[in-house]
Amino acid sequence: MATMNIIQAVNSALHIEMARESKVVVLGEDVGKFGGVFRATSGLYDQFGPDRVIDTPLAEGGIIGSAIGMALYGMRPVPEIQFADFIFPAFDQIVNELAKFRYRSGGQYPCPVVIRTPYGGGIRGGHYHSQSPESMFAHVAGLQVVIPSTPADAKGLLLSCLRQNDPVLFMEPKRIYRAARGEVDEGDTTIPLGKANVVREGEHCTLIAYGAMLSVIEEAANKAAEQGIRCEVIDLRTLVPFDVETLIASVKKTGRAVVVHEAPRTCGYGAELVASICERAMEYLEAPIQRVTGFDTPFPYVLEHEYLPNADRVLGAVRETLEW
Amino acid sequence: MVAVQAKDDMAGLRRVLDEEGKVVPGAEVPNIPEEDLVRIFETLLTVRVMDERMMRLQRQGRLGFYMKAIGEEATALAVYALRGDDWVFPSYREHGAWFWRGYSIESYINQLFGNVDDPVKGRQMPVHHSASEINMVSISSPVGTQIPQAVGTAQAMAIEGTDRCALTFFGEGTSSTGEFHVAMNFAGVARAPVIFLLRNNGWAISVPREKQTAAKTFASKAVGYGMPGVRVDGNDVLAVVKATEEAAERARAGDGPTLIEAVTYRVQGHSSSDDPSAYRDPDEPSEWELRDPVNRYRAYLKSRGIWSESLETEITERLNERITKAIEHATTAAMPDRETLFEDVYESMPWHIAEQRDALLSQPPVKSPHGH
Repeated sequence: MATMNIIQAVNSALHIEMARESKVVVLGEDVGKFGGVFRATSGLYDQFGPDRVIDTPLAEGGIIGSAIGMALYGMRPVPEIQFADFIFPAFDQIVNELAKFRYRSGGQYPCPVVIRTPYGGGIRGGHYHSQSPESMFAHVAGLQVVIPSTPADAKGLLLSCLRQNDPVLFMEPKRIYRAARGEVDEGDTTIPLGKANVVREGEHCTLIAYGAMLSVIEEAANKAAEQGIRCEVIDLRTLVPFDVETLIASVKKTGRAVVVHEAPRTCGYGAELVASICERAMEYLEAPIQRVTGFDTPFPYVLEHEYLPNADRVLGAVRETLEW
Repeated sequence: MVAVQAKDDMAGLRRVLDEEGKVVPGAEVPNIPEEDLVRIFETLLTVRVMDERMMRLQRQGRLGFYMKAIGEEATALAVYALRGDDWVFPSYREHGAWFWRGYSIESYINQLFGNVDDPVKGRQMPVHHSASEINMVSISSPVGTQIPQAVGTAQAMAIEGTDRCALTFFGEGTSSTGEFHVAMNFAGVARAPVIFLLRNNGWAISVPREKQTAAKTFASKAVGYGMPGVRVDGNDVLAVVKATEEAAERARAGDGPTLIEAVTYRVQGHSSSDDPSAYRDPDEPSEWELRDPVNRYRAYLKSRGIWSESLETEITERLNERITKAIEHATTAAMPDRETLFEDVYESMPWHIAEQRDALLSQPPVKSPHGH
């Protein structure tokens, strides 16, 4: 085991998989010699060379479009979109092409592209370096969406993504890229997709989040514990397909739930979680499920601390479920 | 030369055959064995007969939608210059490319009807084929998306150390998309072994080529991306083959991409859904018929002593018979079971899709309003 941050964990996964499987190639803006603006691809260029670690021209549609062509041919491309905010020029390639190739070709053309992209606020990046567009992609049939919250998960989940045969959007919480540190297996350890992690058990209220919001709900759970409220903390890890069983089992136990994400509320991923819980565990609910989310505004610059959900807002929502 | 909408486009085109099918003095004729010359002719006729038969079915209300390639058959034969292990990223009007590479008449017609024998399992509209066994990539409707994909495949071929190449077809209207420019730029920078085959047929549905670009030629766009741009008479099979052979040679030698502008003409509507008399001079197509690619090629074969009336009759009759049988099968074959709606979204079915499938299967089947 070694202590790593999320960037080092992602980097470790890429090193392992590129060494193990020659079909894996990394491509994107600044991913080569420079090792990526966040350094996630650091050292890959020196080890695997310019054929497998490709600095592309600056055009996201071309990055994803050419990655699709590589995958159709049998490679395992791992394109990086420098910020999730910049992914939209590639939206058509992701939605209409990448996610649909297997289906529309009658199963002839699998397209295993793993798109890595840093997302989320809290880095003083303003609107164009802070957004959380996960729900736009979670809505796309044929795509999987995975968001780690810890270094160990980042590595284990990424390795799993690289070893299955369908496209994945792998969103990395850049706010905690370096802040989240933890013990990570230096070897080849995978974490299964589609499985949530019950980070902490509790019986009063279920808190559900993913990515950078995980630390927020953990902090809220700590504060709640000081008041004698024991929260169950669930890290979703995979948004599509999400681990409905773990959620339902928890809500059946607690009877209350708070769903947290930093993306805007309307049609946010939380809406799907709330609906799914209501469909399956309505009779167990003691109170309406609460959502703590970003606002239906563009992502702000100087007021981002007001925009982003924090432990106090989550705690307030927990109390609402208890006092309802 | 007749005065037509695209007359400027005809100036300075590379040709092997003139409008009467005679070899242009000084032209370099591609070296094609006689049996291939006949097979090319058969491929051109396959497209023409198929289009005529399928359009008739569409007009009879028996087929939902169709797209003809009439007048543009020769451009698709660019694939003659490729090997089987090269890849093709087609648009939706290169029927001949499919037939040349071995896609069967039966698969073609089954796809149009989306029955159980449709290679893509009834998942796409007519003319959206896919055939991985012959390296023909699945067609999508949004134009231009296949262009950067072809570049990626070409890059992968080079990374792998092979001398394969990829060819992508698209229309002149598609050259207005971002994907075209992005892909040309990626290919130029990576020196990817890819051939961009732009079919300039003069019309993007109702919009004439002048409204797609202010540049004098589409081929000139290659300059900005550091690759050669070649203009050929797209109604001259031999010129198309020759230009594509040269582009493939460059690609295989590591000399990078080529843009080929094949100037042709869309003699009829964009698809079965539009009537071109609503947007263009009704005399324009008849002028272009003088340059008909099949007539020119037929005349060439005749001058070589290869063509005969009986040869053509034999081919046409054989095709018609086979198409009739294929239609009979395609129109009576079962439609895909409704549970197949949920397959191939992912390699294995996730719980939420399985749940939705089970919910549908618990309900009585819904009758198709389209009569199948």
